[in-house]
Amino acid sequence: MAEANTAARGAVASRAEPIADTKPALLDLYRRMLLLRRFEEAAGRVYTEGKIGGFCHLYIGQEAVGIGVHAALDPRRDYLINAYRDHGHALAWGTEPEKVMAELYGKANGVARGKGGSMHMFDARRHNLGGYGIVGGQIPLAAGVGFALRYRKKDGVVVCLFGEAAVNNGAFWESLNMGAIWKLPVIFVCENNRYGMGTSIERSSAVTDVWRRACAHDLRGELVDGMDVLAMRDAVARAAAEVRPEGGKPVLLEARTYRYRGHSMADPATYRTRDEVEQEKKRDPLNVLLNRARERKIDITQAELEKLEADVGKAIEAALRAAEEGPQPDVASIWQDIYASAEDPALHRDI
Amino acid sequence: MGALQRGARRVFVAVEGVARKNQRMPVLSYREALNQAMREEMARDDRVFLLGEEVGQYNGAYKVSQGLLKEFGPWRVVDSPISELGFAGLGVGAAIAGLRPIIEFMTWNFALLAYDQVVNNAAKMRSMSGGQLTCPIVFRGPQGAAHQLASQHSQVFENTYAYIPGLKVAVPATPRDAKGLLKTAIRDDDPVVFMESEVLYGSKGEVEDGELLIPFGQAEVVRDGGDVTIVAWQKMRFVALKAAELLDREGIHAAVIDPRTLRPFDLATVLGSLARTHRCVVVEEGWPWMGSGAQIADMLQRHGFDDLDAPVLRVTGRDVPMPYAKPLEQEVLPTPERVVEACKKVLYRS
Repeated sequence: MAEANTAARGAVASRAEPIADTKPALLDLYRRMLLLRRFEEAAGRVYTEGKIGGFCHLYIGQEAVGIGVHAALDPRRDYLINAYRDHGHALAWGTEPEKVMAELYGKANGVARGKGGSMHMFDARRHNLGGYGIVGGQIPLAAGVGFALRYRKKDGVVVCLFGEAAVNNGAFWESLNMGAIWKLPVIFVCENNRYGMGTSIERSSAVTDVWRRACAHDLRGELVDGMDVLAMRDAVARAAAEVRPEGGKPVLLEARTYRYRGHSMADPATYRTRDEVEQEKKRDPLNVLLNRARERKIDITQAELEKLEADVGKAIEAALRAAEEGPQPDVASIWQDIYASAEDPALHRDI
Repeated sequence: MGALQRGARRVFVAVEGVARKNQRMPVLSYREALNQAMREEMARDDRVFLLGEEVGQYNGAYKVSQGLLKEFGPWRVVDSPISELGFAGLGVGAAIAGLRPIIEFMTWNFALLAYDQVVNNAAKMRSMSGGQLTCPIVFRGPQGAAHQLASQHSQVFENTYAYIPGLKVAVPATPRDAKGLLKTAIRDDDPVVFMESEVLYGSKGEVEDGELLIPFGQAEVVRDGGDVTIVAWQKMRFVALKAAELLDREGIHAAVIDPRTLRPFDLATVLGSLARTHRCVVVEEGWPWMGSGAQIADMLQRHGFDDLDAPVLRVTGRDVPMPYAKPLEQEVLPTPERVVEACKKVLYRS
């Protein structure tokens, strides 16, 4: 468990160098996607056991986007903001699996002290500015973070992730326009998994090529294979290079991906056939990466994969243990972090 | 009188004139007071910036931000597109990234489009992140009726924001309160909803020089009296004062208390007056059902029950969308006469 976390931190520290497609680098990407996969599978299991309440939106199948995005950026100067399918992104940006699982369990050792839950994974220290529950609601926030970066003449970028259903929301339009007129350093990444809850993109969107909508704001849009972590990484790195310098305008990336589970744990997903899901599983991002490695004549052995599986397994076990054993939050904490001061008269404890 | 004494008197008068001049406070308009507040805070803290429609080159739709673009430049006084949801959210994003935005809504009628950003993001940022992120933002602009602006441009929504835990709501009536409360709002580390009034922008009042910070949750006893307590804010403060004058002529002496902020609300000052008068009338411009005054009346009847000799009455805007025609608008809005009538009712003298 400690090794897995150290490796993750090591990957973060090497962000300044260009990422070579060496065997260690590819294994690292694989392991990180595997961590997301096994974590989400575990979360799904314990959700059915009643350990997690509320909504739980699993990231299974979309791992290449989360890991690819993070791999292209520098979390010391760049920022992440995303929606409610946010466990994968939180893990990708380095939040310990223990803290994410504990938050799902609503424990005090969770990353948001049990105040946020599944849809609100924040890790400010790691530049993860949160998960948000209102579709599209986080997109203007990304424009604001970009504004602050330009205002302060910092060279960071902010990556904003949202689904294909969010692009029909006014918040999306207004944010791209403001990003364009003020040349804000935002990479807008649409995780197009084809279904907004039960509604396919064909039914909801006049233009199903999300990347083409960029032209409405005079921005560059690009279609990316969201199942290929290397393609994601490279597209985001290209976008970051464009967006980062003063005068750089935002870029819209459309990552075509797929979620193997329903919209949330409550969704039986009757709006798509089992055949379709099986078909999509043939391009599982984990397999796609192994194929890419083979293409580059990089030999990854079964033994190596099993070792990664074992390491990740340990990390997940540790996460579940931390969540199980973590303390329930003190009920008095409902009054904390509402205002800067717990004694502020604006807080009506006894009304 | 000899030349010497005439000279002495002139000197005396001149000295007195100088002394009076030193004691005389500058007189500012409400909009100038807001302008000064923003100017001072922007000069003091370079994280503070202003963003909204027409705030820059147009100098403000109501000229509140006159001259600020020229002084601070286009990164600190930003003209926005007509995208209330977008720029309110941009403000929240800038706030969580370490800046201290002032987001101007041309009026609070238009801010309905941004309600999601204020309520779901600004108000909840600190709590849903477990204390990791904060949102030191001020949303400001005018609310309420002006002159025949009709139903979509005349609304009072203070209660819909005062309802939300995580927000604070200020409702200044005078230039002094406008300046002192806005400076406090800008320095507050929590999101503040700051509600002004188009009609009050031109009103004038004394505002002392020097650093002026008025804390939230501190009501002003505008005039004291022992017979009935009137609670009123913004334009209604002046309606209440006029009513108090009319009541005076009938030997009824009203206290007028302006809470100045609705969240937090200074209940103690109102209860203190109630202990003396035993009767209270709340005057508000907004609609009656679920309005701000309903909350105030609830607090008074629970916490001041033993001091009350009559029910708490409310004088409110009538429960209809604001009509356009002048006599109709006047019928809708509270008047001094309606306040007088309510005061007499609680005194059982009608």
